Amino acid sequence: MRYVMFVATDPEPDRSGDDGIPVEQWVDENDARGTRLEGQRLQPVRDATLVRVRNGETIVTDGPFTESKEWIAGFDILECRDLDEAIEVASRHPMARGGRIELRPFWNGEEDE
Amino acid sequence: MTRAEPDPSPTGAPGSTDAAARRPSAPAPAAREAVDLAYREEWTRIVATLIRATRDWDLAEDAAADAFVRAAERWPVEGVPDNPGAWLTTVARNRALDVLRRRGVELDKVREWMVMDEMRGPGAPTDPADLAAAANEIDDRLRLVFTCAHPALPLEARVALTLRTVGGLETPEIARAFLVPEATMAQRLVRAKRKIRNAGIPYRVPEGDELRRRLNGVLAVLMLVHNEGYLASSGDRLLRLDLQEEAIRLARLVVDLMPDEAEAAGLLALLLLQHARSTARVDASGDLVPLDEQDRTRWNAAETADGLAVLDRLDAGGSDAAGPTASDAAGPYRLQAEIQREHARAAHADDTDWPAIVRRYDALLEITPSPVVELNRAVAVGLAGDPRAGLDELDRLAASGALDRYHLLPAAQADLLRRLGRTDAAAERLRQSIALAPTEPERRFLERRLAELDGGTAAGPDAG
Repeated sequence: MRYVMFVATDPEPDRSGDDGIPVEQWVDENDARGTRLEGQRLQPVRDATLVRVRNGETIVTDGPFTESKEWIAGFDILECRDLDEAIEVASRHPMARGGRIELRPFWNGEEDE
Repeated sequence: MTRAEPDPSPTGAPGSTDAAARRPSAPAPAAREAVDLAYREEWTRIVATLIRATRDWDLAEDAAADAFVRAAERWPVEGVPDNPGAWLTTVARNRALDVLRRRGVELDKVREWMVMDEMRGPGAPTDPADLAAAANEIDDRLRLVFTCAHPALPLEARVALTLRTVGGLETPEIARAFLVPEATMAQRLVRAKRKIRNAGIPYRVPEGDELRRRLNGVLAVLMLVHNEGYLASSGDRLLRLDLQEEAIRLARLVVDLMPDEAEAAGLLALLLLQHARSTARVDASGDLVPLDEQDRTRWNAAETADGLAVLDRLDAGGSDAAGPTASDAAGPYRLQAEIQREHARAAHADDTDWPAIVRRYDALLEITPSPVVELNRAVAVGLAGDPRAGLDELDRLAASGALDRYHLLPAAQADLLRRLGRTDAAAERLRQSIALAPTEPERRFLERRLAELDGGTAAGPDAG
């Protein structure tokens, strides 16, 4: 299954002193294992731009979707056997400690009734 | 489950009240009993196996339910089959295959799984080779238990799904037990099953370190089922026995499936020892009777013995230090069960070994520190012969503000103040406690305590 792994900041990071593995090692490990297909770190939200079209007019504004204390700092596309494998992969990412991670499966093509 | 309706009697006089009496009476009740027994014994296994074979939770439940409906129709007429489990498994499996065939699903893989199950059979294997194979095989029921309690599901959905799929309770029953509308409960179950499918929650038993962590999650779900039955979080009804019994049944299943897990056994013992007191905990007028005032002869002796035996087995297993985990310190469920064991051993409240209970709370505080455990420890210290020390600890807790809205803190302070003869201060704390009490029975109980205080040494109401 494919998941987008959103990597976000968190105002309450882990303070145990255990930083886990460096992000480069995480990328290398998961690229080698085939569990990471691609990924990018993103510019901070101050560089984000919102785009909407309303009544034929394109409205462009500064900023992210919502103002919040957590913001998305990057993403990875995971290819995993199931959610447990994706959780295991995500839990080894250093930002699971320094921030928080959201796993979202790719749409499976079925509309929820 | 749905039972077959009695046939409308063509010869029945209008307004006939004894239609049932004219039906063949001898085999029917026995057959119905056999269906009920099979439901309790076979439901989980049939559903669990069908989920593995089809990966379709709704189909598995529907096919299993259908098999039991047919049993209810046919067993009274044709007699109960020699092996009810095998009969039900075959009917449920064929039903699932029919549905899949109508959907145009390629059946080879599904059938292969099912045939393997058929060969293994629903009963215990008798051939030594099969026995060895079965020992290495993970029971499907265990996969089901762990999947229903997966941490990626919302907690209330884990509880509902466990009761529905593992426990075999009907959605309306679960809705009633949790005091939510049936549609709400149905929606909760639909969403949970949808997330299992869409998010890729696996149908498996976790391994290694993950197993211990996830087992704690399973046990927490069972504890929640029990607590919901023990004390309604709101409303008037104090005891909901069905959920407590259900929690015990599910805990027994987990212990059977994972006999080496001390915390699972600890939870089972805890649930049994608490449930043994359920009839003594409430008096004839529905009022709460505290532990020290309960008629201990009304405790369920068989259940108490059962709970104590589970703890004895744990004690025996721990001393031979066979495995690397055998010498592990007791976990929180086992410690709580050991506290209940002290109460179970005391013929009268005055005989309670409170110092032993304080030691268990000390151990509990080390592994699961919480203000509520501190509260209970302080009460035990107070009852172990030093009410002043207990009260000091309670006052410290009150000053910390950690339990500001918790009615049992001022109630505990009131009890120790009363023992120290400080009646006015005790009454003040009881009034605070009454204002915070979350349920009507608890409020009534505290008001009775207050009335007893005001009346000096007057005896309580005629709650007997």
